[in-house]
Amino acid sequence: MAKFEIENLNLWYGSHHALKHVSLSIEALKITALIGPSGCGKSTLLKTLNRMNDLVEGCRITGRVLLDGQDVYGGMDTSLLRRRVGMVFQKPNPFPMSVYDNVAFGPRTHGIRGKARLDDIVERSLRAAAIWDELKDCLKKDALRLSGGQQQRLCIARALAVEPEVLLMDEPTSALDPISTSRIEDLVVSLKQNYTIIIVTHNMQQAARISDRTAFFLLGELVEYGDTEKLFSLPRDKRTENYITGRFG
Amino acid sequence: MSARAKSFAARLLVYAGASFSMTVLLFIMGYILVRGIPHLSPALFAWEYNSENVSLTPALINTLYMTVLSLAFAVPLGVGAAIYLSEYAKRSSRLVKVVRLTAETLSGIPSIIYGLFGALFFVVTLRMNLSLMAGALTLSIMILPLIMRTTEEALLAVPDAYREGSFGLGAGRLRTTLKIVLPSAAPGILAGVILGIGRIVGETAALIYTAGTVPEAAENLLDSARTLSVHMYSLASEGLHIEEAYATAVVLLATVAGINALSAWTAGRLGRRSNGQI
Ligand SMILES: Nc1ncnc2c1ncn2[C@@H]1O[C@H](COP(=O)(O)OP(=O)(O)OP(=O)(O)O)[C@@H](O)[C@H]1O
Ligand SMILES: [Mg+2]
Repeated sequence: MAKFEIENLNLWYGSHHALKHVSLSIEALKITALIGPSGCGKSTLLKTLNRMNDLVEGCRITGRVLLDGQDVYGGMDTSLLRRRVGMVFQKPNPFPMSVYDNVAFGPRTHGIRGKARLDDIVERSLRAAAIWDELKDCLKKDALRLSGGQQQRLCIARALAVEPEVLLMDEPTSALDPISTSRIEDLVVSLKQNYTIIIVTHNMQQAARISDRTAFFLLGELVEYGDTEKLFSLPRDKRTENYITGRFG
Repeated sequence: MSARAKSFAARLLVYAGASFSMTVLLFIMGYILVRGIPHLSPALFAWEYNSENVSLTPALINTLYMTVLSLAFAVPLGVGAAIYLSEYAKRSSRLVKVVRLTAETLSGIPSIIYGLFGALFFVVTLRMNLSLMAGALTLSIMILPLIMRTTEEALLAVPDAYREGSFGLGAGRLRTTLKIVLPSAAPGILAGVILGIGRIVGETAALIYTAGTVPEAAENLLDSARTLSVHMYSLASEGLHIEEAYATAVVLLATVAGINALSAWTAGRLGRRSNGQI
């Protein structure tokens, strides 16, 4: 079943046409990878899904984005949308506060109070992000003092704490060392059971390793979209083949 | 010149500059302390002022009133305006540029001009007479651009990644501003407030024609009230109590140092708070 249905999406930053006639259907409880050379619009597409582009001046959108059949741009409350569609950024961006407060920020935003309930959510989220064992004894610690990999897993826990249905990840491992990267990859694969995941990556091996479906973009256009295995072994489009074999980009 | 010689010369220059400014500062402070401390007598701290004891206690109290009152007007307005400019207005908007330019221009105007404006507007037109209120309003206009600019700079220095993280969790602009942006910017905002306090405490020109020079502690907002700086100015210009003027200067120095220490302490606590509970 399709979680997101993107229909003929066009996006302009001022006069720059950043997404061109993109139609794409994202399957629920699968990992979808968005790949393509720098500047092709991967982050832009990701941000249209939870309307983070609303914050960009001069950004204009046509077409439709449906979440479970509901038009995201048709008067949907952005706060509720972002609760359902969480986001993890390229550079880990924990807030300058304690580990606990970072994770509890989202639930508190949505009106959850009471220490027992928050304690429970914090623990569950940190467990889900595979970082509970490392942090359970230092929940009061300043999040900025964690390592980069820990910070990124904390950000994943923070996103999970509001119980989203979809997780958007924009190159979540590009700022991390290989060991942290592989931990996050394992984590992403395990999260697939409960969450629909859309991940942007520059790392071809990473896309091949963890994703079920892959979409290849070039200059704002969707060139090819299909099962990851097929796309990497038997690309239909010449441009896809050139990209995944490293002939450009 | 070889690279080593150049770097040596540069270092020399830096050290010379640093030691020169240190020396001047220490000299001024030392001079005031040496001339002032011997004249710090109990009479100088008498509760009531009279022309014998030239007590500074009423002026000290007035300084406190003046500071608190001016800040009570200027800080909410200045911080609010800065929040609007940096968090709500479009970053490229005309209004933002105009307001910023105006603030910059206003902060360069000599304080006597503010004094003149305050005298004409608050004292005469609004019939506040020479009063604590007229003085505080004048000073708050004077420090408003300073508070606004430092706050705006502190807010703009907060990484956008924090805002994105907060919006991404479904928080609105208000919550993002209050819980994420403001706490991170608090030390910078406080630095601006400290500068503002410095200007209030040190001001004379803008106060003489707005708050007046009555050397008694104000009992209500419409009482005339001389602050420590104005008090010092009066003593010095009358020429009869130069020693007491130096002693008053010592107290003024101590007051400013005390305020700065208090602010630094608060900034430290705020910084820690923003890393703790929300
Ligand atoms: N806020 C913005 N304002 C104007 N143009 C933008 C903005 N954000 C992105 N763009 C432009 O839109 C195009 C797509 O950008 P986007 O960030 O989506 O690319 P990307 O595929 O994520 O690239 P990368 O792999 O480098 O992250 C680029 O040409 C970029 O310059
Ligand atoms: Mg990107």
